[in-house]
Amino acid sequence: MSGLSVRTATLLALALIVVLAPVLFPSSFYYRVGALIFVNGLATMGLVILVGYAGQVSLGHAGFVGIGAYACALGPVYLGLPQILCVVLGAAISALLAFLVGRPILKLKAHYLAVATLGLGILIYMVIYNEGWLTGGPDGMDVQPLGVRELLKDYGIKVGSSELWYWISGVVLLVGAFVALNLHNSPAGRALRSLHDSEVAASTIGIDVARMKLTAFVISSVYASVAGSQVALMNRFVTPDVAGFIHSVELLTMAVLGGAASVMGAVVGATILTALPQVLTVFEDFEHVLLGLIMMLVMIFLREGLVPSLARRMRRSVS
Amino acid sequence: MTILEVEGLGIDFGGLTAVGKVSFSVDRGKIVSVIGPNGAGKTTLFNMISGIYLPTRGCVRLEGRDITGVASHKLAAMGMSRTFQNLMVFQQMTVLQNVMAGRHLTEGVHVLPDLLGLPGSRRRNRESEREAQRLLELVGLARGARREASELSYGGLKRLEIARALATQPKLLLLDEPAAGCNAVETQEIDKLISDIAETGVSILLVEHDMKLVMKISGHVVVMDQGEKISEGRPEVVAHDPRVIEAYLGTEAEGAKTHASG
Repeated sequence: MSGLSVRTATLLALALIVVLAPVLFPSSFYYRVGALIFVNGLATMGLVILVGYAGQVSLGHAGFVGIGAYACALGPVYLGLPQILCVVLGAAISALLAFLVGRPILKLKAHYLAVATLGLGILIYMVIYNEGWLTGGPDGMDVQPLGVRELLKDYGIKVGSSELWYWISGVVLLVGAFVALNLHNSPAGRALRSLHDSEVAASTIGIDVARMKLTAFVISSVYASVAGSQVALMNRFVTPDVAGFIHSVELLTMAVLGGAASVMGAVVGATILTALPQVLTVFEDFEHVLLGLIMMLVMIFLREGLVPSLARRMRRSVS
Repeated sequence: MTILEVEGLGIDFGGLTAVGKVSFSVDRGKIVSVIGPNGAGKTTLFNMISGIYLPTRGCVRLEGRDITGVASHKLAAMGMSRTFQNLMVFQQMTVLQNVMAGRHLTEGVHVLPDLLGLPGSRRRNRESEREAQRLLELVGLARGARREASELSYGGLKRLEIARALATQPKLLLLDEPAAGCNAVETQEIDKLISDIAETGVSILLVEHDMKLVMKISGHVVVMDQGEKISEGRPEVVAHDPRVIEAYLGTEAEGAKTHASG
């Protein structure tokens, strides 16, 4: 392909989607769905770096989403921090935890790693669920607002919450995509991607396999944490489910469905798993059957995921 | 001046001796070949030298430093790189990116600038790209550098692995059967490529079962059979050693002898 690099093309396409999609929105409910897609897309992009670039798996990534979410729930109450700092604090805690836990568990491979990360996710979930005195336990807790709407009101601008979060999450998604795309063909990115195909070959060209795996794990935990903070701030309420196992599986499914190594795929995967259930409600009882069927068909016929498989077909038909 | 010394190196797998006690050395800028029939322990020996297996006994010295049991990625930093018999190319990258990945040690790890796409990151990328292009020209893959690595022919993949290993700027290059699975023309090209590389001052240790290739380009040949070194010396001497003819060449001795001298 000539002219546009994948990086520029992806960023342009995403920016256009974020800006133009609202033209089609008949009500503010759609802004909310859009914001949810962007937030899920961001967390999924973290998994694209971990799973798609570095070839490592995590079944516990919602744990980091939970840390980001509860940082915004607890930070203002217990530390008196403004929300924007709570987002940073959540990301820092997630990164630190990923760094400490990643060291021993990333020595494991494939299904062993899957089970170990699953354990990490469940551990975080259980702490949130059981420490009711701090987190409100299964009842969840309220989250103080970010304060942007009040700020805008002072300037005489009135925005609905859904609309505001659509734009915030859209911009954060673009920043996340920018970072992930920068990484892709950078020196550090190539070192990460070399692990995907052969750790032995990577080590013979001087790549410290353990260190690069840990790097991917830490980066992806920050993506998940920032996504979690946004969910909490948008909903103004959190429950432990945000860190739950089902959510971890959803995120991983989004990444694989869209194309685990593709930044655009993360958004496509997030769109399908977030929006399709809404669309499929017209089929009522068959909703989940259809969703499952679509997922299976994609994996059978487009194994690399939607975006990479379709891109390959388009390139073939062009040349 | 020797660059690599292997002394009494051996490994047991669960009581089974795969390699007994093998000693030899590689002189700077020379091509040394390890040959032997299938199952002689050549690749196992290679895996011990390159830090993938931990040897049970003996030691390996690179430029006089004991490197026995040192991890692969540290060996690369000390100036040793290798290729693999069963190819280990990064399939998800382009041809060019594969070679650029080999520049990891020169590039260093600067995660934050890379994430943010800062000028320093882009500069290191440009330098790596230039050097990778030069190496691809050397191995004859400059055309189609931006294709997916998986689209290359078998011979192309072999040369890509050599380019990637060279990108680490090795003093010693270990090549594991570089001509295996290649046709006569490809073998001849690889033959010339290896000689060219040696001429730039890189020492080469080669495992190969293609006698023709080995005899033509090596200055020194080590012959292995059943985990032991059975002979070594100049290629024409080794080719006429009765122990080698018996162990390696077996009943095809006559045919192989003409093969070796031809």
